Amino acid sequence: MPVDRHPMPEQPAGVRNKNFDEVALGYDLETAFAEAGRCLQCQNALCQTGCPVNIDIPRFIKNLREKDMASSIAVLKSKNSLPAVCGRVCPQESQCEEKCVLGRRGQPIAIGRLERFVADYAREQQLGLAPAAAAEEKNRGKVAIVGSGPAGLTVAGDLSRMGYGVTIFEALHEPGGVLMYGIPQFRLPKEIVQYEISQLKLLGVKIEVNMVIGRSYTIGELLEEEGFDAVFIGTGAGLPHFMNIPGENLNGVYSANEFLTRANLMRSYKFPFVATPLVVGKKAAVIGAGNVAVDAARTAKRLGADAVSIVYRRSEKEMPARNEEIEHAKEEGIVFHLLTYPVKIIGNDKGWATAMECVRMELGEPDASGRRSPKEIKNSNFLLDADTVIVAIGQGPNPLIPTTTKGMDANKRGNIIADENGRTTRDGVFAGGDIVTGAATVISAMGAGKAAAKSIHEYIMSKRANPDK
Amino acid sequence: MAKILSKREFSPGVKEYTLDAPLIAKKCQAGQFVIIRTDTHGERIPLTIADFDRDGGTITIVVQEVGNSTKHLGESFGVGDEILDLLGPLGRPSHIENFRTAICIGGGIGVAPVYPIARELKKAGNKIISIIGARNKDLIIFEEKMRATSDELFITTDDGSIGRKGFVTDPLREILRAGGKPGLVLAIGPVVMMRNVAAVTKEYGVYTVASLNSIMVDGTGMCGGCRVAVGDETKFVCVDGPEFDAHLVDFTNLMQRQQMYKEQEALEYSCGGHCQCL
Repeated sequence: MPVDRHPMPEQPAGVRNKNFDEVALGYDLETAFAEAGRCLQCQNALCQTGCPVNIDIPRFIKNLREKDMASSIAVLKSKNSLPAVCGRVCPQESQCEEKCVLGRRGQPIAIGRLERFVADYAREQQLGLAPAAAAEEKNRGKVAIVGSGPAGLTVAGDLSRMGYGVTIFEALHEPGGVLMYGIPQFRLPKEIVQYEISQLKLLGVKIEVNMVIGRSYTIGELLEEEGFDAVFIGTGAGLPHFMNIPGENLNGVYSANEFLTRANLMRSYKFPFVATPLVVGKKAAVIGAGNVAVDAARTAKRLGADAVSIVYRRSEKEMPARNEEIEHAKEEGIVFHLLTYPVKIIGNDKGWATAMECVRMELGEPDASGRRSPKEIKNSNFLLDADTVIVAIGQGPNPLIPTTTKGMDANKRGNIIADENGRTTRDGVFAGGDIVTGAATVISAMGAGKAAAKSIHEYIMSKRANPDK
Repeated sequence: MAKILSKREFSPGVKEYTLDAPLIAKKCQAGQFVIIRTDTHGERIPLTIADFDRDGGTITIVVQEVGNSTKHLGESFGVGDEILDLLGPLGRPSHIENFRTAICIGGGIGVAPVYPIARELKKAGNKIISIIGARNKDLIIFEEKMRATSDELFITTDDGSIGRKGFVTDPLREILRAGGKPGLVLAIGPVVMMRNVAAVTKEYGVYTVASLNSIMVDGTGMCGGCRVAVGDETKFVCVDGPEFDAHLVDFTNLMQRQQMYKEQEALEYSCGGHCQCL
């Protein structure tokens, strides 16, 4: 009889929905060893094929259960610069863990939780620290990286280890991209993100914050005037989409980006001890049901909204957010209004939102995405009280770099066109992550970063070998 | 980090700072803005560039202490101190061409961002008629700079303590009524002023641009907090602006959105988000 996977200890729902401390508390040493003991150490490890950055999963687990923590973290770090992050936010259930053979007859091994455990243990015990790099070792070439989110950090780590001098340009005042401004503290503590980044700095990666590429420097200037051999663009999906319905410019209506940026990057939950405010009313409604929407809803609850709901036009089955997050949200008291579509936001005479007019939907035939497309039920309009409305229906690419970079093509949505190796249509310019694919996951951006790092290395090597080409 | 190289007070609560910012000074163009964050607890404050010196590597900003963060800057930061974060240049530069005659209108500290635009318009061959206004004499800023770059300069104050008693729209209306046909009217100042300017010029069918000052967080197009209705579209002031066709801007909505954090602003005092007293 197979042993079930070990549950993750968590803060109780009624406690955690009032604080910003981490929800999942992590395994202790004993539980981690016990969970690692379930691993079958398959010869042909399918889990590894499910990992976008190709971590040697059986090996890090083997090291863990042999209590060789230094080797375990080394295995993780050799493929993944951000294991403490990935162990927390990767959708393991649809990647490594989905492939685990234990899952065929029982529950797959908790790979994500073990990755998190090893990364946290290593951080606490100061194991597997990045070796401090001497500047003269970084003489293979100079690479500029635009954006310090998961894609950019991955490229930076990989190229730095290969001996390149790497400079990351970040527009915000702290590095980390979506890991800092988007994913809430209670899911991904910012101290952990900053620790992982500090490890990259030890490797010799330079980070320049407050640099908005396209304005401070264009991509062309980085290559032609600032002496970089190649540029990687990993600027993510930072442009919020709105519904384009009446009332969307009322006070109390936020994009999820704004709401989360205020709460996370600017730490508004500590207002007035920090200066950036965030107004949350009594009744908050979040439009959309992706991970960002669920993050926003849970944040609104923690900021004191009495009632928080998620309004989604399809049914529960189609919700794009991770199941675990949806379950967490339900436990915390978030209400789901499914098959519901907002058509108008209604405000008072001072310009503040008070309610949302919605219609009921039903599901029709499957559309291009394979999901059944929602159709409006005529005359089903009703009012949903909401003094805070958060629009979380997705993000697009910021146009600043595509429009200021000559010779680099973007598609009609504004995403940069790049091949599977991250090559754009401009020589020496590479791109990966959400700016290429549209909004996706942290780990897929890291996978794209890994491919791009390899490709940048090959590009610079071949250019050095054939300088006239 | 950006060091404050000079600081002077125009009037209580209105101060000018020169910042050491070589890269921004090299790259910025008239009409663009920067974002500052004074220290780790501070908020991100958008400020239009009032002047720049490419050779000296400096930019000038004029700050009106309207909220806690700007008060904190004014009270706690002096010459030699460093502002933790300075980002820019942001926004689209002003569109500069020869309109033949351009009327440049600045209200209150809005005169400061008008100045570099007026200077560029002058260089492009325009006749510059400037109208600067404020509540009273003490609040008129950049008078000499504006005089030097203008062919004609009008000053208006609410109380008549300098220039004419009245509003910036008074001389504007007279010029237009007398048959002056400027190719451009530029207005920067309080929203009410920009709205009133737009109403006057609309009667005469004169192309008018306003530079908007909405609430922002990142200033790079990421949050959408600065959105404003322009015609049938929603635009982001930070990346689509800050300048828009003033006849299309929904100023009422802009004014309402500027009030969004009024209660929160009232919560703290001059601690600029460093409140330890609660």
